[in-house]
Order: sequence, then C-alpha cells, then structure tokens
Amino acid sequence: MDATSRSFVANARAGLQDADLQTSLARFQGGFQVKRVEAAKRLPEFEALRDEARAIKDHTLAHLDHYLERYEEQVTAAGGTVHWCQTPEDARQVILSLCQEADARTVTKSKSMIAEEMELNPFLEEHGIEPVETDLGEYVVQLAEERPSHIIAPAVHKTKDQVADLFHEKHTPLGRTRRLDRVEELVEEAREVLRPRYLAADVGITGANFLIAETGSSTIVTNEGNGDLTQILPRAPIVIATLEKVVPTLEDATTIMRVLARSATGQEFSTYTTVSTGPRRPDDADGPEAYHVVLLDNGRSRMLGSEFREVLRCIKCGACMNHCPVYGTVGGHAYGWVYPGPVGAVLTPNLIGLEEARHLPNASSFCGRCEEVCPMRIPLPGLMRKLREQEFERRLSPAAVRSGIGVWAWLARRPALYRCLTGLGIRVLGMLGRRRGRFTRLPLAGGWTAARDLPAPEGATFHALWRKGRRA
Amino acid sequence: MSATGGRDAILGSIRRSLGRGPLDEAARAALDERLAKPQPNLVPARTDIPQDERVELFTSMAEAVFATVDRVSGADAVPGAVADYLAQHNLPPALVMAPDPALDAYPWGERPMLAIRRGRAEEADRVGVTGAVMGFAETGTLMMTSGPDHPSSLNFLPETHIVVLPAERIGGAYEEGWAHLRAEGGADADGGFMPRTVNLVTGPSRTADIEQTITLGAHGPRRLHIVIVEGDES
Repeated sequence: MDATSRSFVANARAGLQDADLQTSLARFQGGFQVKRVEAAKRLPEFEALRDEARAIKDHTLAHLDHYLERYEEQVTAAGGTVHWCQTPEDARQVILSLCQEADARTVTKSKSMIAEEMELNPFLEEHGIEPVETDLGEYVVQLAEERPSHIIAPAVHKTKDQVADLFHEKHTPLGRTRRLDRVEELVEEAREVLRPRYLAADVGITGANFLIAETGSSTIVTNEGNGDLTQILPRAPIVIATLEKVVPTLEDATTIMRVLARSATGQEFSTYTTVSTGPRRPDDADGPEAYHVVLLDNGRSRMLGSEFREVLRCIKCGACMNHCPVYGTVGGHAYGWVYPGPVGAVLTPNLIGLEEARHLPNASSFCGRCEEVCPMRIPLPGLMRKLREQEFERRLSPAAVRSGIGVWAWLARRPALYRCLTGLGIRVLGMLGRRRGRFTRLPLAGGWTAARDLPAPEGATFHALWRKGRRA
Repeated sequence: MSATGGRDAILGSIRRSLGRGPLDEAARAALDERLAKPQPNLVPARTDIPQDERVELFTSMAEAVFATVDRVSGADAVPGAVADYLAQHNLPPALVMAPDPALDAYPWGERPMLAIRRGRAEEADRVGVTGAVMGFAETGTLMMTSGPDHPSSLNFLPETHIVVLPAERIGGAYEEGWAHLRAEGGADADGGFMPRTVNLVTGPSRTADIEQTITLGAHGPRRLHIVIVEGDES
C-alpha cells in the first residue's frame, strides 16, 4: 500500500484534531491494559511462559531454513502446496492464478496483515475478483474505504455512531434501510449481510498465527469464527503467512498461544484456535478440496541477518500499541503503513525503508511500556534507538537537527567546557526567571513552551548538585 | 517466477543472514529429533488437580466465557437435557447432529418430538449437536476434530451449538490433546496423525470490534451449550 509514513507529523496533527478519533482512543487503551494485567495475575507461570516463548522463537529463527524445509515437506505429505514468494508481487501473482484456477468471482478474507502488506484487495479488484473482509473490524474498514488502524482491532478508531452511519449508508441498497444504534444490532446486521457471502465465496484467504513444522499445519486464532467459515466453506482456501510464523512443534505453538491472547485482549484463550492440515480427507464429511500456503519473505530473510532480528519474534498481539502513549494520542493511521505503534516503528522502516519512515522511531518517549508488555520480550525502545542512530549516520534527519546534535556532541565530549557553559546557562536563566518563577516563552525552545511553561532553574546544574552531594 | 526459484532464493537469503551454509548432518539430526519427539514446555500447574476438580474447573472456565454447562448423570439423560435446553430457549426441536456413533448411542428415540438430521451443517440449520474429542480444564476449551463422524461446519454454521461431552474426556492442559491425537493417529508420529481440522473452541463466537463492547454471535454460534455426561464410558 502507498505509505504515508513520511507525513507522520502531519498525520499525527490531523489525528489530534479528529474528535471522533480522540473519543475512540480515550476509550480503548484502558480496557485492554486492565484486562492484560488481570489475565497475567491469574496465571502464576505467565512470566516464565514469556521466557519460554521467546526462547522458542529464537531457536526457530536460528534454524529457520531447516524448519521451513521440514514444514514444506509435511505440507506436501498432507496433500497441500507451499508457494515460496520473495516479494509481494510474487505473492499476488500466485494468489491470482489460484483464484483463476478456482474460477473465483468472490473471495472471503479473514483478517491478515500480510494481505495489507501486499495490497491484496485493490489488486484482486483490478482483476475482477471481489474481496470480502469478514472480521467485523476489517469489514467496517473495508466499507469505509480506509485501512486498519490497529492490528487486532482494525476499526478501533471508529465510534459506534460512525459505524451506524456507515452501515446505514452501505446497507441501504441491500434493503436494510433502518439506521441502527445498538452495538448488538450492528453486529447482527453484519452477521446477516456476511453469511451469504461466506456461502457464495469460491476462495477463502486467511492469515496464520503459526505454521507448524512438525505437522505441516497452519493455525489461526479468532474470536468471531470468521476465519473458520472462511477456510472451511470455500472449495479452495489459501493461507498467507510470512517466514517467521513457523515454529517447530504443536507444543511450541501451544506455549506461545498461552501468552498471545492474554497479552492481546486479556482473554485466557481466544474463542477459536484452529489447526488445519492439508485438504479434506477422502472420508471427511466436509471441508475444502485443496490447501495452498503462500509463504512470503518480503524482507524478513534479510532482517534475520540484521540488528533487528529480534522483531521477527513478534506474534502480532498488539500489546505494544495498547500500552503506547504516542499511539494512544495520535491513533494508528498516523503511522502511515500496515503496522502502527511501537512494533510498527521498528518494522516499517525495515520493510519500506528508513527514508520513508524515519519519523516513526522518533515517535516514542522511550517510556518502555512496550518492552514491558511484549510477550516475546522484544526490546522495542532499543531497536528504535538503533534506527535513530542509522537515521543520523545516513544523514536522513534535517540539517538543523543534525547540526544541533553535532554541537551538543562536541560539547559533551569536553566536560570542563560543558560544565562551565551549562552552569552559566543555569545561573542566567535563574536570574531572568526569578521574578515569575517560570518561562512562558524561550528562544530555541518554542516547541516546548508552546504548550507548557518551563520552571525557572533555582539552584545549580545536576552535575554541580551531584558533586556537592557526594562531598557532603 | 518459478516456484523453486523463490524457494532457493529465500533459503539462500536466510542462510546468508545466519552466516552459514546448509546445516550439517549432525545439526539436522538434532533438530529432527526435536520434531520427532515433541516435548511439552512449561505447562501451567492449575490443572494438576484430581479429576472431579478438573470437571469443576472446566465448568467454571467455560461459563466465564459465556458458554452454558449442564451436568447430567448417565447417557440416558442426554436426549432430555438437549430437548429441555431447546425448549427453555424457545428454539425449534429440530437439529442437525454429527454422524457420530458415540452420539447415536444415546436414546434419542425416547424424545420423539426431536427432529434429528445427521450430516454436515446447511445454511438453514439453527441447532447443531456434536461430540468433542476432549475438554481442557485449563481454559474451559473443547477440542473437536474433522472426520467422517464430525463435519467441521457443525462447529460454526448453526447459531446454537450443543456439545455432548462425557466427563471422562475432560483433561487438564492442551498438551494432553496433542498426545491423544498422536496416539490415535498411529505410532509413526511423523505429522501424519493430524486430522484436517482441529478446532479448539472456548465459548461462543464473540467480537469487541465496535467500541470494545463484547457481543456474542459475531459469525459463529451465538450459544455454546455443553452437556457433561457423568458415568458415560463411550
């Protein structure tokens, strides 16, 4: 998809001024945070499970080639096919030819961030195939012709009233002319509208939470059941997944599942966890006739060899964005590409280029909550810091910032001069501000003082106080 | 793009990133051993309790996620429990049932008002009845597998899903389910033991996509009713 990450600053400003977005954001984070803490408290082994989950992924990533080979062997043995795709374009072409083989006119889809990465919906539409999103949040976003703003709650930016208006507008041609105003009614209407779409679809596309090398299985985790209707009703289901989704065994997937829902929504376990292996068996009572996996690289194999390998442990639970003060203030669309929030701030520059997304690693106060809640213990602030270093080293930041940092670095390497100048600065500011006790405007710090006052310094610098304290 | 071209390029890129060529025989053998003899990782202790407490834990966990649970004693009580549930919820006494010999063993004939069709779910079916391979007390989760005796569509299409589960089949942790499938699927546990679909189901379908308001019956069943049968050795 066309990224707007370059205009993060403008996007964020627009987000701040969007009253509906602010209403939605004010509502959502608190609930997720409380539920996560409660779920973790109910499971004494939660922290130990996080350590194991991390170790499983690290082991898998260190032997990714072998586990992917074994995974493919087992898919093939079960009667399925793995399609290895380096780029989103490769993947789109494979999916198109599979759809054409199935003579597909409509394709149901269960939520998949990989599909967003490969801009699958517009591509299918261009080729005369209608994609139908079935996850309620994704369906809302598709009707609104928007993009998901959160990886597990795609329509979290919308208020109920906005959804009600949207359904009223888009469902009126279907003969549903009443504007609904209760959440239950809206969910019911989506259910009734989408049910025949499931039954009519020729192809069903789902993502995967895990690929299992031991058995050649793919696993999806949903609460609505849409993923299951998407993959068992059409003749030809297609699973799309990236390389790092593979884990060795069912037991390994199980361990990670135990931290997934708890971190994401605070549920003990998601409603539906489904493990699928190959097409229907000769004596099965129902099920699809084929089984295809589109395995996408899109930069992951390269990231594996970089200092950002650890972000490949991500299981896309969304906990980092549920706890991020920046995400909670500007919303997911500001980030401008598929993955918002802290994990997006690391993934996006790696996948579409730091030139396109240099603002994202800077959109963090480094408060550290993302790392604290990440079930896979990904050191997100540390990885963002590395991207900031790259931004400086590759001269991507504006000249004023670069020269400012340059001056500061020059000074910081000369401690005597640094102490002298800062001590002088503090004394001067202290004198200037003595009368009012604060500054409402300061040259070179207009951005800071635009929204708040700076208290006037009252004593000495931290360095000076520290020295004095130690002598005392 | 040829299929093998993509495969070789991706594997090559992975190996470059890992700073090595293909793994040697010894390393491969060690990894294959890990796959051939899967070991449980840390399993939460909450299900290290006697069987009767496991049934209690299963029940309370399932009810916490909006499933309803009925406990009956003896196989003979199952048809009545199903008929009563339908009546209480003003549901028609018509259902589609999995063609499962274990379900056929219940005396449905004693409830002649129940119209029962056996097979997979169709669009018009409002009530589905199935068994389950196991229940896991850990989170009140049911495990169902596809096969001739259990169409997967029954777990998702009808708006009411009734599951008949002998109390003996309630285990502790999910790992017991994988061990069961490996044992059932044959000794040569090379991955070939997996049914096409394994569904782990924990409560009825739900969504919180509109203003985080939990709403049941998003796309799958609105109601999940579990009939636990004591003293049923089936």
